[in-house]
Amino acid sequence: MSQETPAIRVSALHKRFKQTQALDGVSLEIEQGAFFGLLGPNGAGNTTLISILAGLTRASSGTASIMGHDVVRDYRQARRALGVVPQELVYDPFFNVRETLRIQSGFFGLKHNDDWIDEIMHHLDLTPHTEKNTQSLSGGMKRRLLVAQALVHKPPVIVLDEPTAGVDVDLRRSLWAFISRLNREGHTILLTTHYLEEAEALCGRIAMLKAGRVVALDETKNLLKLTNEHCAQFRLDSENVPSAWQNRMVKGGDGNWRFNFSEYADLETLLADLRGAAVRVLEMRLQEPDLEDVFTDIMKRT
Amino acid sequence: MSGLSALFYKELLRFWKVVVQTVVAPVVTALLYLLIFSHVLEAHVEVYPGVSYSSFLVPGLVMMSMLQNAFSNSSSSLIQSKMMGSIVFVLLPPLSYLEFFLAYLGASILRGLVVGAGVLAVTLWFAPLSMPHLGWLLVYALLACGIMGALGILAGVWADKFDQLAAFQNFLILPLTFLSGVFYSIHSLPAFWQSVSHANPVFYLIDGFRYAFVGQSDTDPWLGLLVSGACFVAISAITLLLLRSGYKLRH
Repeated sequence: MSQETPAIRVSALHKRFKQTQALDGVSLEIEQGAFFGLLGPNGAGNTTLISILAGLTRASSGTASIMGHDVVRDYRQARRALGVVPQELVYDPFFNVRETLRIQSGFFGLKHNDDWIDEIMHHLDLTPHTEKNTQSLSGGMKRRLLVAQALVHKPPVIVLDEPTAGVDVDLRRSLWAFISRLNREGHTILLTTHYLEEAEALCGRIAMLKAGRVVALDETKNLLKLTNEHCAQFRLDSENVPSAWQNRMVKGGDGNWRFNFSEYADLETLLADLRGAAVRVLEMRLQEPDLEDVFTDIMKRT
Repeated sequence: MSGLSALFYKELLRFWKVVVQTVVAPVVTALLYLLIFSHVLEAHVEVYPGVSYSSFLVPGLVMMSMLQNAFSNSSSSLIQSKMMGSIVFVLLPPLSYLEFFLAYLGASILRGLVVGAGVLAVTLWFAPLSMPHLGWLLVYALLACGIMGALGILAGVWADKFDQLAAFQNFLILPLTFLSGVFYSIHSLPAFWQSVSHANPVFYLIDGFRYAFVGQSDTDPWLGLLVSGACFVAISAITLLLLRSGYKLRH
C-alpha cells in the first residue's frame, strides 16, 4: 500500500436514524501512522462514525475506506486492516483469555497465532490471567482483553472508542504506553475520548464533531492557538487595585484575583500599574490555554 | 483456519463447555418421557400392528430432542451474545453473512445430532428397536436439525430480549413438536385435526424419521422429504436475506 493512501478516508458521510441525523456530511482523511483524535460531546456522531468504519452500521450515503478498501464493497480487506476496541466492556463468558484470543484470531483466518498472542498478553499484563475465564476478570483486565482482541490480526489501523472511560491510573498509563509504542511502529491510531488532556497529549491531529458535522479539523498545536485566552492568578497584599483594572479582574477570597488576557502586553501593563499603586504581588500563577478551553469555545461558537 | 471454521469451532466449544445443560439434560428429559409414557400406555396402545408403544415412541422422542436442541443452540447463542454485546466480536471480523449462517447452522446440526444420538443410546435399553432404513434416518435427522438450526438463527437475530425468544420457543416450536405425532399417530385424530397436522412441517419430520425405525408411517417418506426439504430451503432463504440486509445486527 503506497504511503499516499490514507489510513482512513471518509467522504460526505450521512447517517440518519429514524428521527436523528447522526452524521451530516462528514469528510476527513487520516494519514498512515497518525495518532488522530476524534472529539465531540455525547451524541455528536463519534460512535456512529466509528461504527460505519467498522461495518457495524451502514451509512445512509457517502463512502468510507480503510487503507484504501471501501468498508462496504471491499469489506473483507477493510476489516482485516482495522482493529476496533469497543466502548462497552463486552466479553464472551464461555471462554478463557487464551481461547478468546485464539478464536478471535481464527475469525481473521489466522491459525498458529500463539506467538503474537503471547506477545500482546505480555504487553497488556494479561499473561498471569491466560487460563482465567473472562467472566472472572476485573473490569481493568476485561478492558485489556478487549484491546488484545482488537490487535490479534496486527491491524495497521486501530480504533479506540473511549478506551479509558472508568479505568484506573495504572491501566491508563500502561495502555497509553503500549498504544504509543504501536503508533511509533507505524500503526495508525484513531482515538475518541472525553478526556481532553489525553487527546492533547497524544494526538497529533484532532477533529471535533458537533451534531454530526466536523466543526474543527487541524493539528493539535494549531487548535491550541485558536484560543489565546491566558489566565493569570494573583495573590495581592492589598485591595487597592487601580479602578481601571477592577472590572477586568475577578476577585476571590484571601487576596486572590484572576485576570484573563489575550496579549502578554496587557499583563505587563497591569503589573506596572499595580506597582504604581503600591500593590505587591505575593504569588502569581500563569495558566496557558488547553484543549478543553478550545473545545468549549468551539462547541459554543458553532 | 478460515473464519467460518473458527466460528463453527467457537459455537461447538460453547455448547460443549456447558454439556450438562446442552446434552445431558435433554437426554435425561427424553428418558423420563419414555419411562412415564411407556409405563402408562404400553399395555393399552398399539399404534402400528406389531410395534410396541415404546418402539413407536422412541423415534418421536429422539426427533423431538433433536428439534428442540438444534433450535436452542443457534437461538440462545445469538440472543446471549446480542444481550451481552459480545456479538461484536463476530461482526468486526471479515466474515460474510453466508459464513455466519453456515457456522451457526453447522453447530446447531451437530448439537441436535449429539443429543439425538444420546437419547437413542439411553432409550435403546428400554425399547426394542431396529433401523431398517438407515438412509432415511440420516436424511430426516439432518433435515430436522437443519430446519431448526436455521429457524434458531432467525429467531435469535429477530429477538431483542430473552422474553421474545421464550415466546417463540413456547408458542411456536413446542406446540409444533408436541402436536406433530411424537406421542401418537395422527390417524388416531378426528379428520379435521388430521388435516391440520398435515400442515405442520414437523409432522413430516417425525413421521419420516419414525419410518426409518418401524418401517411404517402415516404418509409417504418421499412426500415428507419434499415438504421438509422445501421448508429448509424457505427458512434458510429468509434467514440469509435477513442476514444479508444486516437486520438487527448491523444498523
